[in-house]
Order: sequence, then C-alpha cells, then structure tokens
Amino acid sequence: MTMTKQTYVPGTHPSMPPPKGSTGIAYWLKKNLFSSVSNSIITLLAIYLLYLAIPPAINWLFFDATFVGTSRKDCDPNGACLAFIGERFNLFVYGFYPAELRWRVNLSAILLIVAGAAVLWDKIPARRFMLWYALAYPLIAAWLLLGGFGLESVSTHLFGGLMLTLTIGVTGIVCSLPIGILLALGRQSNLPIIKYFCIGFIEFIRGVPLITLLFVASTMLSYFLPPGSTFDLLLRVLIMVSLFASAYMAEVVRGGLQALPKGQLEAAESLGLNYGQSMRFIILPQALKVSIPGIVNTFIGLYKDSTLVIVIGLLDPLGIGRASVADSAWLGLSTEVYLFVAIFFFISCFGMSRYSLYLENKLNTGHKR
Amino acid sequence: MSTPTPNPLLRAWYDKDTRSVIIQIIAAALIISFFAYIINNAVTNLAAIGKDINFSFLWQNASYDINQHLIEYSSTSSHFQAMIVGLINTLLVAVAGIILATILGFLLGIMRLSSNWLTQKIAYVYIEYIRNVPVLLHILLLYGVILNALPRPKSSYNLNDTFFLNNRGLQMPSPEFESLFWVVLGFLASGLAFSLWFKRYAKKIQDATGKIYPVAMISIGAIILLPMAVYFLLGSPIVWDVPALKGFNFKGGIVLRPEFIALWLALSMYTAAFIGEIVRAGIIAISHGQTEAAQALGLSNSLILKLVVIPQALRVIIPPLTSQYLNLAKNSSLALAIGYMDVVATIGGISLNQTGREMECMLIVMAIYLTMSLLISSGMNWYNDRIQLVER
Repeated sequence: MTMTKQTYVPGTHPSMPPPKGSTGIAYWLKKNLFSSVSNSIITLLAIYLLYLAIPPAINWLFFDATFVGTSRKDCDPNGACLAFIGERFNLFVYGFYPAELRWRVNLSAILLIVAGAAVLWDKIPARRFMLWYALAYPLIAAWLLLGGFGLESVSTHLFGGLMLTLTIGVTGIVCSLPIGILLALGRQSNLPIIKYFCIGFIEFIRGVPLITLLFVASTMLSYFLPPGSTFDLLLRVLIMVSLFASAYMAEVVRGGLQALPKGQLEAAESLGLNYGQSMRFIILPQALKVSIPGIVNTFIGLYKDSTLVIVIGLLDPLGIGRASVADSAWLGLSTEVYLFVAIFFFISCFGMSRYSLYLENKLNTGHKR
Repeated sequence: MSTPTPNPLLRAWYDKDTRSVIIQIIAAALIISFFAYIINNAVTNLAAIGKDINFSFLWQNASYDINQHLIEYSSTSSHFQAMIVGLINTLLVAVAGIILATILGFLLGIMRLSSNWLTQKIAYVYIEYIRNVPVLLHILLLYGVILNALPRPKSSYNLNDTFFLNNRGLQMPSPEFESLFWVVLGFLASGLAFSLWFKRYAKKIQDATGKIYPVAMISIGAIILLPMAVYFLLGSPIVWDVPALKGFNFKGGIVLRPEFIALWLALSMYTAAFIGEIVRAGIIAISHGQTEAAQALGLSNSLILKLVVIPQALRVIIPPLTSQYLNLAKNSSLALAIGYMDVVATIGGISLNQTGREMECMLIVMAIYLTMSLLISSGMNWYNDRIQLVER
C-alpha cells in the first residue's frame, strides 16, 4: 500500500465542506430548540403560548384598530382605538404650551439633538467648539422655553407632555453627575465632618421614596425659605429630582473609586500632584470609566422616575394620558394611551442603554480578560 | 544664608493636618449656619401663620374610610390607627412583592441562560421591555386593564364556584379556624423544629462517619405529611367561607382588591426583570472551571448546581438583590397613584389634607420609610455576612 503524499503551497488548499449535518436550518433547529426531550417540550409549550398571545395582540393593535375618529363611538370595540392618540398628539408632545410658540420647543429639541451629538459622538467636526456650545445649551434652552429677553415669556405651568419629561430628564442628568461626583469624593474623604455630612445626605435620600421628596417640594419647601418668598414649582421639582439622582450617582461613582487600587493615588501623590490634580488627571478618569454602566443606569432610572411628578400635579405624558382617560368622549381607553406612552419611554431608555454598551466597548482599554 | 520666613498663615495652609482642620471648620460653619437659617425660617413662617409642631393630632378622629384594613378600623378611629393600617398595607404589598419578584426573577435569570433559543429570547424581550418603561406606567396600565378588561361581578371568571375573578378583584374563600385546628398547627411547628434539628444532626453524622440520611424526605414527612394526616384525622377543622354572588357584588370570603393586585403584580414584574439580570450576572460570574472541577469529582448535575454553583453565585447576587428589595419597598409608595391605601396615602395623604400638618405627617412618613430601608438592608447584610467566603 502506498501512501500518497500531497503538498500544498500555503493558502492554496481547496477548502473542504463542513461535515454533513452540522450546517443549515435543520441543524440550527436541532441544536437550539430540540436538543433534548425536555428542551423540545419547552419549545413546543413556548410556541403555543406565543401563538395564544401574539396573533390576538397584533389583530387588536393593527388590523382591528381604528386610526381616525372624533370620539369613542367611531372606534371598533374589538380593536385598539388609536384615533384618540392622533387627536391628542400635540397635547402629548407640548403639554399646554401656547400653540403659536411651539416652534420654540421644536427649536430647542433640535438644538438638544445637536448638543447631544457633540457630547456623545467624538468624531463630530469642530468638537471643541461644539462642546462649548453643549455647555451653553441649558441656558439657551431655558431662554427659548421660558422666554424673556425679547421673547414672549411662558409660565412653567404650561409645560407638559414630552417636553416636560425631557426638561426634567436633561436637567437631572446635567446636574446630578457633578453633584454626585462631589458627594462620592466627600464620602471617600478623610476629613470626618465632610465625610459624615455626605454619608448622612446620601443615606437619607436613598432611604426615602422620591414621592415623599416631591411632596416636600410641593407642600413644605416654602416653610424653609425666607418669609414671603416663593419660587416656581417646576424649579423646586427640578432641584429635588437632581438631588435625588445625585445621591444614587454618588454611590455608583463610589463603586468606581473603590475599584481603583490604592497605588494609583499614591503614585499620583509621589509625582507631586496635589489633591485636585490627582483626582482630575489620575483617579476620576479611571473611576468614571469603570462606572459608566452604573451612571447610565442611574440616568435611565432618573428619566423613568420623572413620571412621578404626576402625583404632585405636573402633567408629563403619563399625566396627560391619565387625565385624558377620564375624558367622557374617550372613556375606558387606558390601555391604548399607556401603551403609547410606554413605547415612547421604551425607545428612549433602550437607546440610552445601547449607547452605554457602545461606550463601554469603546473605552475598554485592556481590562477585558 | 537666610531662608525667607514665609507668612505663618501660609505656612499653616501648607501643613496637611492644619489645612484639614481649617477646611473642616469652614465646612462645619457653613453646614451649621445653613441649617440654622432654614430652621429659623421655618420657625418664623410657622409662627406667622400660628402653627406649631405638635403630634397630638394623631389621637383625633380620622373620619375617613380605608377600604382594605387587616386590623380593626372604622371612620371613628384615630389618625394613628389610620397610619398603622396604612403601614400594614405597605408591608403587605412589599412582602408579597418581594416574594413573587424573587421567584419570577430567578426564573427569568435561568431562562436567560437556557440553552433553548426560544426561552432565552422570550426572557430577553420581557426583561428589556419591562426595564425600560417606568414602573408607575406598569402600575397604571395593569390597573386599567383590570378595571376595563375584566368582566363585571355578574359574569366573572369562575373557578370551581370558589374563586371568582372580576373587575372588583379576586374573590377567594376565607378560612375559619375551629379550636382543633391549633392541634394541627402544633404538629406543623414541631415538625418544623424537628426537621431543623434533624438536618444539623444528619450533617454531624455525615461529617463524622460519611453516612448520608435522606434529610429531604424525612423533612417533607415531618413538615407536610404528618400535619396533613392529623388534619384529616381530626375531621378537617377548617370551615371555608366561600364567596357567593348576592345582588351586584360578592358576599363572604376575602377579596384581593384590584388596586392591590395591580400594585403587587406590577411591582413584582418590574423588580423581577432586574432580579433576572442580577441572577444571570451572578451565575456567569462563576468561572467555568468550577463546574468542570465538580464534574471531574463525579458530582451529578443537580449536585453541581446545589453545592458548587449556587452557593458561589449567591455571593455575587445578594448585594444587588438587597438594593432591588429596597427599591421595591420604596416603589410601593406609588400606590398613591391608583388609590391603594398605603402609608403615604393615609397619613401622608388624607390625614395630611384633613389636619393641615404637613411637617409632622411628612416627618412620620419619611421616618417610616427610613426605618424600613434600614431593617431590610441590615437583614440582608446579616444574610450576606453568613454566606460570604470565610477567609482564613
């Protein structure tokens, strides 16, 4: 018997097909859905449950749904009554903001997208300039939304809907990160008075529900101000929401700080950096990088928590939904309304969590094993 | 050669210890003057409208009704009793929520790691949807569905003429215990005590001799089978009060109100999504080498899970689980939005509006939540310390 010996120049070997039965749809099905008896039973059960749930839901939401109409009577009782959403769409987006001034809301939304892009996307042209712009954005937005200085002023009582959510969310995000970092550094500090003040503040805020803080803002805060002075309800809410989120932020940042080995601070000190410099150049860049997932989660939580303002009478999309459910022409439509609001929140929060994944991967410089 | 003598103030500033003292004195002065300022304002403002801080209103008549009360309560009871009823309702929904959320959450976490593609994807879609939508919205949505989609009492879903589901809630039979029932309860308690003792005893024997007793079987026998046998021997000493339709509503039995069901399910579903991710992260944090080593020792799959994977995963799972429990307890305050009478809705809502004592009511509510948070976290910390790795 002779052995045939064949040699190939590297890279010229004719590729062999994969072994039989390890490719194709049938193989994938067998591997992922029917690998064992119990697995097959689970799969069939899941398919049956999905069959029970999904076709009726799709029928209800799309095929039997009514998209145009002026009252509940125009709607097919078997389907979703989406006419209502269309009818109230402007209310959901702008709240009670005066119709002829809505361009100002639109403009600040567009400017927000530009500012967001400048912060979130590092390949934007002229980034340095754009970042200064993003820093100034809150002032520009406040001017556009509130008016004054040449624009007709609008009371914050008229704020509502989506724009209220964005106002609370963006303000909370912008304020809570710096305050949270300061609180976290204070909690790690070796100056006892500062340390225990920070601990007390953080633990108090984290121990009570946001609702109670909002109640304090709406009913009691005026007691603590100089006699006769009062300030805007929305502003009080913004302060409370920011403080609330910053306590949670502080704990996230503290996690990042504790994850750093002590040698980093010692090395920074031995280079002669003072406290501020070593925090700014050595500690915080690393600590914040580690805590990105937590920071974004806190942002998402804050954004979702902004719905709680409905308990003190502000009308965000959820509040408008709840108020419209009680409208006599459209009685009993809560499911449609809440689903619509849910979709809006899902898109924004899911987007944020995807961005955090992207950022984590981008900043991951060699800690992955 | 002479060195320039620096300014003594500057020298004090360059000394680390002196500097920290200076900074702290300034900080303390700022903090104290801030609190002095707001307290002074509060005192002036309260004096101006003729109010004081006084908790005696707690003993006045509350004169409002609470539809779900587990202890005696009527509209002639005091605000203090209203507060206790509200507190019990808060605790009820928090405890029930924690139990259901833990079960659902572990199920979701295991589904996320399943080798079955379909279950994995279902759990993924569920978790992502639930986590990215505010919990208040879940509560309102579920409440709306219960009120609008469930039938009226007349045509309620009926299970065996004992359970009825309609838009007034879930009507269930309620037990009435006869005196002999306490005998059954006594057997149950002693069975529990026996199996706890037997578990320790069996472990001692196993450590000493290697002999393994069927602990699980014997415990089941002592806790379940024996009391059940006694129960039937004594002639079933529980009388069930079965709800029945009288006119437009049900009479008899107990009812889970729509508010409670909506709040309980929404809170549990919401928290379960987070717990699912925590459980998943905890299990994948256990390196694969651990499982392989256990397999090499010849352990069966269930023993690997029980003795190797779960004890180690719990160490990773418990701390974040604690904060989820805390969140659930605090989120139960959203009861207010659908009119479930919890502690915020009673003492922080109706009592506050009736008596106008914002300060006192909010102080009480905050103190209650702070205590609750403290209790949950210390309980979980105690458990966490017990299961942590003992390092020698």
